[in-house]
Amino acid sequence: MTYLAAGTFIVWLAIFIYTVSLSNRLAKLHRRMEELKQALDEKGA
Amino acid sequence: MNSRLLRWQRAVGWLALVLVALDVYFVFFYAPTEKYMGDVQRLMYYHVATAWNAYLAFGLALVFSILYLWRRDERFDRWAVSAVEVGVVFTTLVLITGPLWARPVWNAWWKWDDPRLTSTLILWFIYIAYLILRASIEGPRGKRIAAVFAVIGFVDVPIVHFSVQWWSSFHPQVISSQGVNMTGEMVFTLAYTSFAFMALFFYLLLLRANVERIKAETERLEERLSAD
Repeated sequence: MTYLAAGTFIVWLAIFIYTVSLSNRLAKLHRRMEELKQALDEKGA
Repeated sequence: MNSRLLRWQRAVGWLALVLVALDVYFVFFYAPTEKYMGDVQRLMYYHVATAWNAYLAFGLALVFSILYLWRRDERFDRWAVSAVEVGVVFTTLVLITGPLWARPVWNAWWKWDDPRLTSTLILWFIYIAYLILRASIEGPRGKRIAAVFAVIGFVDVPIVHFSVQWWSSFHPQVISSQGVNMTGEMVFTLAYTSFAFMALFFYLLLLRANVERIKAETERLEERLSAD
């Protein structure tokens, strides 16, 4: 693999992995937040 | 979820995707091949774009950290840590693309006596240390210490940038007091790539800041649930 190809591949792979990781974290936290809101509603009710 | 921040995140995300997709054409087809270094010189566009946006990230972290120390508003701390994390990712890419460009051109992966390289590596360590500090000391005290660290750490950013002028360096200068050392197409491609990466930076910043915000909201709800 050429240095250019390697560099380009690493840049895009890193950005892709970071974006997917953040998106997954956000989705997981959002689900947890909804669970907690529901639990609080049930406790309040 | 705060729908305004999420709407901005999505809008900027789509913009970044379009700009970055077009950028592939500019970097690999529109920009001419550099006559001395050949095609490997195209790495410069990613290398410089990630470097400039890393400066932007740490500059924003400086501003948010000062605002946090002044107002003690948690939102500023969340923006600061988000900016630093994205800045560290971009600096990592600078430190990877640089040696990959340097190896075929300088016949060396790294030169320890080059001030630009060494100061950039120090910059990376400084902000890695910020993230470790911020994660390891809990509560407002940890946030205050991290904010002070981000303010002091920013001192290295102008050192990195001006190192090529202040000390003798092998590092190429694309823009100097003598002017721009590239053809018009290369200048346009560099400017466009930097702008595309700036959109990408803001998308990642918004995404990371949303993670912090929802995390804080979740912690608040957990406290309420255990208190009730």
